[in-house]
Amino acid sequence: MARRAIDPRAAVALAALIAAPLVLTDFWLVQILGRALILGLIALGLTLLAGFGGMVSLGQMTVAGVAAYTVAILTTTGTGPALNLPALPAVLLALVLGMLAAGVIGLLAVRTSGIYTIMITLAIAVVFFYFTRQNYPLLNGFDGYAEVVPPEPWGRPAPFYYLCLAAAAAGYLWIARLVAAPFGLALQGLRDEPRRLESLGFDVYRHRIAAYLVAGVLASAGGVLLVWFNTRIDPGTVSLGPVIDILVIAVIGGLSHPVGAFVGALAFVLIDNFAVEALPAARERFNLIIGTFFLLVVLFSPDGLLGIWRRLMRPPQDAGSTARED
Amino acid sequence: MTLFMATLLNGLSLAALYFIVASGFTLIFGLMRIVNLAHGALYLLGGYVGFEVQRATGSWYGAVVAGFAAIAAVGLVLQLAVFRHMEGQELRQTLVSLALSIIAADLMLWVWGGDTYQITTPDYLFGAFPVGLPGLPMYPTMRLVTILVAVVVGIALWLFLTRTRLGMIIRAGVDDRDMVQASGINVHAVFAVTFAIGAGLAGLAGVIGGSVLSIAPGEDLRFLLISLIVVIVGGMGSVAGSALGALLIGLAEQFGLAYTPTYGVVYTFLILVAVLALRPQGLLGRA
Repeated sequence: MARRAIDPRAAVALAALIAAPLVLTDFWLVQILGRALILGLIALGLTLLAGFGGMVSLGQMTVAGVAAYTVAILTTTGTGPALNLPALPAVLLALVLGMLAAGVIGLLAVRTSGIYTIMITLAIAVVFFYFTRQNYPLLNGFDGYAEVVPPEPWGRPAPFYYLCLAAAAAGYLWIARLVAAPFGLALQGLRDEPRRLESLGFDVYRHRIAAYLVAGVLASAGGVLLVWFNTRIDPGTVSLGPVIDILVIAVIGGLSHPVGAFVGALAFVLIDNFAVEALPAARERFNLIIGTFFLLVVLFSPDGLLGIWRRLMRPPQDAGSTARED
Repeated sequence: MTLFMATLLNGLSLAALYFIVASGFTLIFGLMRIVNLAHGALYLLGGYVGFEVQRATGSWYGAVVAGFAAIAAVGLVLQLAVFRHMEGQELRQTLVSLALSIIAADLMLWVWGGDTYQITTPDYLFGAFPVGLPGLPMYPTMRLVTILVAVVVGIALWLFLTRTRLGMIIRAGVDDRDMVQASGINVHAVFAVTFAIGAGLAGLAGVIGGSVLSIAPGEDLRFLLISLIVVIVGGMGSVAGSALGALLIGLAEQFGLAYTPTYGVVYTFLILVAVLALRPQGLLGRA
């Protein structure tokens, strides 16, 4: 597989995204693109873990939640310890604590594989959700933290959008390079032939935990942006729904390439915003629509929207080829 | 002493309910390697079916039977129509069951709304039973019935798995599925029956849970989590393990809530962590 230095399609997409504020309204900029970039960034970690490492972790939203709660606790004045720290140290600490949480989840999950990983990370995610709801001294229980805003000027639509874009682009480029680097190749080797790699002297657990840490950085950055996007954090943000949404996003986008996370996130956000308008009867039935969409993707295109795209783009004479794309 | 005794019995009756749900989950997982993430949705659906049947017929026993039978039928359909066609693709089966649980939860919310229901029990099960424990002379009868049902389910499962031909095939299948298939047994029929029984247990638990606690949206998530944790702690695929796991989790949850309310769930997590660190295959699981 030859890898160009910069994929021309990625360059075009990036240029279009940079130019987007010139033509799009604030609603499209923040509620659609901004949100898709944030969710895509969190899901990107799962693409790395699941698509390249074979570890389907449902802990990404939990890690994002740890980072989001950290920012909320440290920078707000109304609730909790009211530390009112500046944003920069709070964000750095959020990234560190998020990574720490990802490391703990990784430590617990790497000893198992396949479907066991799903069970264990799901259990951890839901336990964290119940913990945020029960704990008042630090996390303010059911109400959580409100009025968590980024420092000026990042709260305004265009700057906030660029902040999301910068984080997402950095994350994307990092992962796109990482999966082709020796570490990424080792990870894929561990996915396919863990025993063989182990006998070659690779440390299975350390590689896997490192992957969890990388995914944790992405999730933490996404969590910081998410708490600013919502301007609040409460247990609802880390409940089962959002935890599973991340998996849905990564899977409907396609796990075979890092861009799948963002494709899936965009599809998810568009469905969230517009399926409801297209079907007035479905106003309250978002979960039904996204669940059905998810089911159809899993049943008919296990490699997600990316897979559909590839099949459409593939020259006809190639149709019978069984070679793997990536 | 009163608090301790009440908490102990609460923990035991909760553990009983957890065991009924988790035993179905572990049965399906042990044989078919399907992590059925729709198990919580089956529990909730069982509760709603039980509620409707009780309201229509006035019979609580009818509700219990209907809850088991209806959800067993749903399980049968799921296995034959969906999971059978993706055998061996564990991740895909899990994702499908997850999609189904999202859809089912929303459909149930559509039909039954966000209200909380409780299944009416016969009068003689409604009140308190004189247990005569120190500090706790009376205890709700229905909760004791839950423990009784769990014991009956446990014994019935044990007899089924160790004393019947089908049970032996299932145990053999858990140990070595390929060998069972190779010896001429129709594994698809066995899978279908096992899925039906496992799902039926979730439905049965839904009716019991709907009688002793309540049924409402979100309970599906709670009981899915419980099934996962109980099975991870007890050992995947082991019915005895799910009994042990249910006991540990039920007691930890109740004692945690009674004595340290804002950190109750942390104990569940600690048990999970300890088991994963020391015995990743679960307390009674085999490596």
